[in-house]
Amino acid sequence: MNTSRILAVTLVATLLGSASVSAEDGHSTPNPPREKWSFAGIFGKFDEAQLQRGFQVYREVCSNCHSMSLVKFRNLAEKGGPGFTAGQVKALAAEYKIKDGPNDAGDMFERPGRPADAFPSPFPNDKAAAAANGGKAPPDFSVLAKARTYERGFPYFIFDAMPFIGYSEQGVDYIHALLNGYEDAPKGMDVPAGTNYNKYYPGHLIAMAKPLSDGQVTYAKGAEGNPVVPETVEQYSHDVAAFMSWAAEPHMEARKALGFRVILFLLILSGLLYYVKKKVWADVGGEVHGLQPELHKTS
Amino acid sequence: MSGHATYVPKSRIAKWFESRLPIVGLVHSSFVSFPVPRNLNYFWTFGAILIAMLMAQIVTGIWLAMHYDPSAGNAFNSVEHIMRDVNYGWLLRYMHANGASMFFVAVYIHIFRALYYGSYKAPREVLYILGVIIYLLMMATAFLGYTLPWGQMSFWGATVITNILAAIPVVGDTIQSLLWGGYSVGNPTINRFFSLHYLMPFMILGVVVLHVWALHVTGQNNPTGIPIKTGKDAVPFTPYATIKDVFATVVFFVFFAYWIFYQPNYLGHADNYIPANASVTPAHIVPEWYFLPFYAILRAVPDKLGGVILMFSAVIILAFAPWLDTSRVRSSNYRPIYRQFFWLFVAVCVVLGWLGAKPPEGGYVLASRICTAYYFAHFLIVMPLVGLFETPKAMPGSILESVTGPHPQYGGSGMPAGAAAAPSSKG
Amino acid sequence: MANTPPSSGHDGSRRDFLFLATGAGLAVGAGALAWPFVASMAPDAEVIAAGAPLEVDLSPIQEGQIVNVFWRGKLIFVRNRSEKEIKESEDTKLSELMDPQPDSARVKEGHAKWLVVYGNCTHLGCVPIGHQGQYEGWSCPCHGSLYDTSGRVRRGPAPTNLPIPPYAFLNDTKIRIGEDGGKAVA
Repeated sequence: MNTSRILAVTLVATLLGSASVSAEDGHSTPNPPREKWSFAGIFGKFDEAQLQRGFQVYREVCSNCHSMSLVKFRNLAEKGGPGFTAGQVKALAAEYKIKDGPNDAGDMFERPGRPADAFPSPFPNDKAAAAANGGKAPPDFSVLAKARTYERGFPYFIFDAMPFIGYSEQGVDYIHALLNGYEDAPKGMDVPAGTNYNKYYPGHLIAMAKPLSDGQVTYAKGAEGNPVVPETVEQYSHDVAAFMSWAAEPHMEARKALGFRVILFLLILSGLLYYVKKKVWADVGGEVHGLQPELHKTS
Repeated sequence: MSGHATYVPKSRIAKWFESRLPIVGLVHSSFVSFPVPRNLNYFWTFGAILIAMLMAQIVTGIWLAMHYDPSAGNAFNSVEHIMRDVNYGWLLRYMHANGASMFFVAVYIHIFRALYYGSYKAPREVLYILGVIIYLLMMATAFLGYTLPWGQMSFWGATVITNILAAIPVVGDTIQSLLWGGYSVGNPTINRFFSLHYLMPFMILGVVVLHVWALHVTGQNNPTGIPIKTGKDAVPFTPYATIKDVFATVVFFVFFAYWIFYQPNYLGHADNYIPANASVTPAHIVPEWYFLPFYAILRAVPDKLGGVILMFSAVIILAFAPWLDTSRVRSSNYRPIYRQFFWLFVAVCVVLGWLGAKPPEGGYVLASRICTAYYFAHFLIVMPLVGLFETPKAMPGSILESVTGPHPQYGGSGMPAGAAAAPSSKG
Repeated sequence: MANTPPSSGHDGSRRDFLFLATGAGLAVGAGALAWPFVASMAPDAEVIAAGAPLEVDLSPIQEGQIVNVFWRGKLIFVRNRSEKEIKESEDTKLSELMDPQPDSARVKEGHAKWLVVYGNCTHLGCVPIGHQGQYEGWSCPCHGSLYDTSGRVRRGPAPTNLPIPPYAFLNDTKIRIGEDGGKAVA
């Protein structure tokens, strides 16, 4: 057994050595910094005010190019979300023009939005979106926070799966980092027209120009007219990333809450079953534990 | 088998029914009075866990199919519809997606258990080969299922795997075009993949029935590899194995639930949340984790056909283990040399899995080749040779003795209709 | 241990309780597990949202015309009744009816012109054909049920009158189906 362990460890160590060598060459992209999110962890919940601010950033800035076609207005009033009221959502939806039809005359027409409608897309179709944006359609926001990630590498990916120290916010962290990653290109790097240098974008050359700047979105003020949060790119990107996280997983709060109850129940049940099993097996002198029965033998 | 009590119907209705369809007796002899070696450890509960997982997959799958739309245009959105709008749809989908992974976790433990304790050796060859067939069907089902959300990984996984089949000489192109139903992966493909994905679990279920049948003909292996000799070596399936299986299954469900509720997307791939796009391939295209060792073997060979042959051989070779292993001792507990190689084999499989997720360049390729070489050498060289030269350790005389040692006070009653009451003497 | 009889004395009752609690736990778990599966078959959020109240403009509907509208996937007839039809409906004696209901209970007050009824026969759900049959209301092609111009059943096998969906007049030419007196219908 010992020999085999040594063999395995040696093998893994050799591979790691070869891996780290091959990963170093070529200019690599830095990992996004890990941010604090209210919705991370086993008891994580979305921050309603943050989601509302994030929605405002989406609406005023991002939605000019990015669709969010799987999210419906009504979702904004659903439990575990930004916490708008049904009335607010109705009024909000009515501000949008929705293409509907055909009517009885066979024509398409525009009508005010209803809560059941999805967010209308800024472009009529993907081709139009691509044509207006240098050949590549801006990605849809609906599940983008789950569609983005970055490589954590060995051994972190093992810890990321574990309870309490687990980490599943790679996508949001990446989005937040990307929005803050616009910098001057390093000397000697060629940035072709139509692309922009971004520290965190794989390959660094991103078609999207820096979308947010300080003071661009005016947030609602607090009771005394003071700003509640700073109006900075850092804050905007936090808020919109959190909003995208909710849009991608609107039932996250329900999922985590149910999970806690289910796991607690299963743990209690397995405890009971363990004692039942022990009692049952006592009738035949108890069960042998351990993987190698021979070890229980006293010669 | 000794001490195998038979079902005797008591009421008149039960007698009437039993003489026409002896199904109660069948269940009784298979799951109630069936003699189980008393020294089974928790690795033997994975059979029950696997049945639970198969049922979980079938049930969640049937329910998901009530809401899913197998068309290239709408599959992605219908999955999101399930996640967003269907009551508990997110739960059903995460149960099914993570259930597939848990199914493989359990089946890998089950397979390695069989390899370690020599459960493939006579008289259990057919039982074991049926298991390999189930494993193959599981892989096909999992692959088909992974294409259904029609994200980028679904689409490109389908493209890559169907191109693998095109490497088969002569008939490859025909098979590929029959799978596609077009000139490329498209709407007809996802439609038939859905149909086949729905069919295959029931084929698995059928082979599982044969697998369990074969098991009940030969009886279970056990950590010593020594067959049941007297009733004292065994306990009846119910309640002893039943309660242990239920306990282990519930513990496994704790593990399962953790993934569903707290890491539902960890075992998947972020790129699969991007709708399928035939003009952009994801930067790193990798299969699900349970295929990674085979993917590493595929890429270890710089030749298309060669890689494909090697990859399929890696699965098929499992079926030859009963004849490749020359040792007369089943359990690796008594095989000091083979046991080392076994753990090396496990390590190689894990490393191959890790390599499968890495880009095929530099040191990774070399490492993949070394590991692939060992993978096959384990079956073709280690198994035949070690069996010939190894001196097994002294074995206990019976299962009971391995459990109790020389302490007769732990003798227990064993099977109710057991034979001699005296504890076995040390052999 | 091995020689203890299965249930005797203090230990036996403790053991029974343990078995009972565990069995109850398993049963509760199985029941709870079944719940999401059952719930997932109920109308989903999108279907419910799509079932929101529907506004129908009555102005283009000519006298004598029947217009089909769909609300929550169900067919609804909106009929602009002529004076003669209204009079016939109002004058019919309740004793002549299989499912007695005065015409006033079938329309909104002050809007006797407009009959709004579900468009599926109360027998087995076929769509009756308008302006047909002895009573010139509707005649069902499947099993011959007849309805009058108030949507009341006059000849079987249909057992009851065509039901009236919840609706309200927003003004003289506009109704909102799915909303009764300003309250949305669940």
